[in-house]
Amino acid sequence: MAKRIDVLGLSCFYGAHQAVADVTMTIEPKMVTALIGPSGCGKSTFLRSLNRLHEVVPGARITGQVLLDEHDIYGADVDPVALRRSVGMVFQRPNPFPTMSIFDNVAAGLKLAGAKRKDMADVVEHALVGAHLWDEVKDRLKKPALALSGGQQQRLCIARAIAVEPEVLLMDEPCSALDPISTLAIEDLMAELKDRYTIVIVTHNMQQASRVSEMTGFFTLDAAGRPGTLVEFDATSKVFSMPADKRTEDYITGRVG
Amino acid sequence: MSALTAHATATASDVWKVRGRRAIVNRLATVAMYVAFLLAVIPLGAVIWYTVGRGLARFGYRFLTHSMAGVGPLDAGGGIYHAILGTVEQVFLASVISVPLGLLVAIYLNEYGGKGLATTVRLLVDVMTGIPSIVAGLFVLAFWVIGLHQGFSGLAAAISLAILMLPVVTRSAEEMLKLVPNTFREAAYALGIPKWRVIVSIVIPAASTGITTGIMLAVARVTGETAPLLMTAFGSNFIHADPLKGPQESLPLYVFAQAGNAFKVNIDRAWAAAMTLILIVVLLYAVARLLTRRDALNRR
Repeated sequence: MAKRIDVLGLSCFYGAHQAVADVTMTIEPKMVTALIGPSGCGKSTFLRSLNRLHEVVPGARITGQVLLDEHDIYGADVDPVALRRSVGMVFQRPNPFPTMSIFDNVAAGLKLAGAKRKDMADVVEHALVGAHLWDEVKDRLKKPALALSGGQQQRLCIARAIAVEPEVLLMDEPCSALDPISTLAIEDLMAELKDRYTIVIVTHNMQQASRVSEMTGFFTLDAAGRPGTLVEFDATSKVFSMPADKRTEDYITGRVG
Repeated sequence: MSALTAHATATASDVWKVRGRRAIVNRLATVAMYVAFLLAVIPLGAVIWYTVGRGLARFGYRFLTHSMAGVGPLDAGGGIYHAILGTVEQVFLASVISVPLGLLVAIYLNEYGGKGLATTVRLLVDVMTGIPSIVAGLFVLAFWVIGLHQGFSGLAAAISLAILMLPVVTRSAEEMLKLVPNTFREAAYALGIPKWRVIVSIVIPAASTGITTGIMLAVARVTGETAPLLMTAFGSNFIHADPLKGPQESLPLYVFAQAGNAFKVNIDRAWAAAMTLILIVVLLYAVARLLTRRDALNRR
């Protein structure tokens, strides 16, 4: 079920370059937490450190702690592969597996992770229903995933992510490559999914952040090449109506960034 | 008013001039490309035309199903069954040795290798690409045939061919793996799929068309190799199905031996065998493309 994430003094590095400096925040379960901020401020890097995808990049490392329900995900006893099963992710561009059918894409997480389940058809249906895609694809599950439109592909990616039943769902600008109608569909979906998951979304769209999220974190960086920092983290309504920090206000009112 | 009109006319004609020059350049470039294309196709067409034209004289069912056993120096009979058998076995064995090895090296280079060792391996593979085929043959002759007392055999030929195939398979497979976007790997990692499984089930299928083409190019290249076979398979007039022991014929060796004679019967056999060699390579290529086409269709 949905879990809480405590981030304590997290810094992220690419080799010698520091991308994120000293972030401390608590991400509550069954809520949508939005991360906003200008390009290059480390939001995506921060997000990718929550499922240990950051370290896949050669030379990337972190300092600090990330606790998933009190358990340090960077602990020596944690297998990153197993961790990623409980912390799912949806990417900026829809990226269904090109050689697989719609069905196989949704089943991929379970099948390829070695789970043997007889009720795979039920799991796939359940995930596709959950991602609001079932009615559009139920008659062509064997068709290639790339035959779908961009918005459908992104919902397929969400179905693929929730099919493995994670506890946390990370979304890295999931709508930035989509048209407004597909965006709306995915925002509706998020509102539903937050009953079951902890959702963290990175977005460049401030209207979107204010529509979908309960909590908002604002990241920024002092200058190009400097690490990004968390400037403000509070209830979304407060961040957008009376931000505590001048930099947040400048950003959300469009004066910078 | 007239000044304005004159100005407008001047502008229009300027535009016209520029477009005229661009159209000429465009036309010239187009013509140059077609000429280059024709020049490139002429040798290919000529080779096929000439080989088929000369080869048809002897080509036929009897030619494909008989060996040279008991055929006298001036006899018109005989065929290439033993040579086809040898070539198929040798190339198959060479592929069995070099394709898995080459794929594994390519996977290491692209998916696992860091800066140090991978760079060295890549350099060695590139150096290997430059090994003259006769050197590969000499090496197997010295090491395997004589050194280990294995004698001439189809397997010895396959080893020398595998040495030639390995770098081609490795480098082409590595290039194809490199083309698979990282987003697919990350999407798979994010689902909690182990790395080896990501490579086997996501990365390799996505690159399969290109990998197959690379393998086919390597196969096509070694199918026509003659020099290393002289020292490893040695050649024979008889049907010899066991590739592990004893001299074996192959199509290139057959062409080489027949073409070295002055009589018309020999020359005709050489052409017909050369034509068969081309046919086999084209056939293999067509089969490989069909197999991967099915995959590609699946993706649309």
